[in-house]
Amino acid sequence: MTPTPLKDRAAIVGIGQTEFAKHLEPSEKALACRAIAMALDDAGIAAHEVDAFAAYTMEATDEVEVAKAVGAGDVTFFSRVGFGGGGSCATVGHLAMAIATGQASVGVAWRSRKRGSGPRPWTDTVNQLPTPAQWTRPFGLLRPVDEIAVLTRRYMHEYGMTREHLGNIAIACRNRANANPAAIMHGRKLTMDDYLGARMISDPLCLFDNCLETDGALAVVMVSAERARDCRQPPAYVHAFGQGLPAQHHGMVNYWNDDPLAGPSWTAAKQLWKHSDLGPEDVDVAQIYDAFTPLIPLSLEGYGFCGKGEGGAFTEDGALELGGRLPINTSGGGLSEAYVHGFNLITEGVRQLRGTSANQVAGASTCLVTAGEAVPTSAVLLRRD
Amino acid sequence: MLRPFVDDDGAPFFEYAARGELRMQTCAGCGEVLFPPRPMCPRCQGTEFAWKRMSGRGHIWSFAVPRPPLLPDYAAVAPYPVVVVELAEDRRLRLVGNLVADDDPQTGIDSVDPATIEIGQPVRVVFRDLEGLAVAAWTRR
Repeated sequence: MTPTPLKDRAAIVGIGQTEFAKHLEPSEKALACRAIAMALDDAGIAAHEVDAFAAYTMEATDEVEVAKAVGAGDVTFFSRVGFGGGGSCATVGHLAMAIATGQASVGVAWRSRKRGSGPRPWTDTVNQLPTPAQWTRPFGLLRPVDEIAVLTRRYMHEYGMTREHLGNIAIACRNRANANPAAIMHGRKLTMDDYLGARMISDPLCLFDNCLETDGALAVVMVSAERARDCRQPPAYVHAFGQGLPAQHHGMVNYWNDDPLAGPSWTAAKQLWKHSDLGPEDVDVAQIYDAFTPLIPLSLEGYGFCGKGEGGAFTEDGALELGGRLPINTSGGGLSEAYVHGFNLITEGVRQLRGTSANQVAGASTCLVTAGEAVPTSAVLLRRD
Repeated sequence: MLRPFVDDDGAPFFEYAARGELRMQTCAGCGEVLFPPRPMCPRCQGTEFAWKRMSGRGHIWSFAVPRPPLLPDYAAVAPYPVVVVELAEDRRLRLVGNLVADDDPQTGIDSVDPATIEIGQPVRVVFRDLEGLAVAAWTRR
């Protein structure tokens, strides 16, 4: 049997989000329900038509609670994807597959998180210590930023990336946030002097190499391409989808294979481009997972925007800014809009294709959205009619 | 400080460390050396293992220097370097550990000035006590 590619068979037709803040009063469950209701309203689809859910394994609000609160109908597909922010785009991909294969007709993916006012996951020393953490954390690589700092220093050593290259990324995201009223960093400029003078969090990574800590919730609504054409909003089709867990990969402490600097995005990219009519040169705008700035060069290489080791140099000459070679993270991303495990990158990708972004790329017809690099990951290539 | 979690697969590593030996899990069937330890050899699917003694020599592959916010015991000694050491035997065998002053493995994890550390510097293994468990650490020879 010849498989039928997922290409353009399902679309995102509704997006919703709460406000973003360091502290929001409502519970994660309440925030999730509000975001989902807004996304359904945006799509013009009644809650009782919802028959599919997808979320991250780290999502603390569960399908039973959410479905009964928002008023979903009989649900026939529900899926969870692991590995923190690596699961973001996979929630959309799984719904697209469910819709394309007839397992469901109206899907909702969501992320609700009070990371701004809630605990930092790395402070949970009970649940995070088993394999492979016992080989790294007791020696002081306690946090994701420490694990990525090790990879970053090696990358700088091998390929000559500088702190200014990472600064270019932080500043590009901040510039977009400055024009986005929903962004936490809406009113706060960032200069290269600010960046280079910032305190170190895990040398060579400084404060501005790290994402924000945010409370907020977001959701998307998905239907088949046929139905999408009759919805209230222009569809953002899932043109291609890929997940990636490379052979002999070890998660964020990926030190134990031949090339730790070739991460999961290489595997996800191979799958993504395999069934795509488009290539990296056709991408008008990209939303690239940015929990830490060095994930950008690693992802740019993995998804084929430049060669291995060229990701730092790629950031030069305003390449990531509006009007540059590849505008990225046009809402401000995790670094400067909100850190909600990358789900705000998905909704911003949809806005770009609708032409409603606060930092609109003129005529954008394709948008790549990626999930967390350095953990088992996922990506979707969105396009419009 | 956090005590390393000793699971079934990794227990021999710590037993040998207590004797001052750096040994790595090795497939008894095909000879593949594995790290981190695991229940099956990914090359031949063997489930019998020996523990091969390493030279204890390697070089610094990379390092980070964490600063707060950190868990209290670590914040108290920050900034401290954490090194990833590539063993001389195989570049895939990279151990995360602490770099300690040359003459005293039990010295603090902040005993080496991070400014003196460079990628590529040769190191050799020493063993130190971490919360009652012998663990591998590194010193520049």
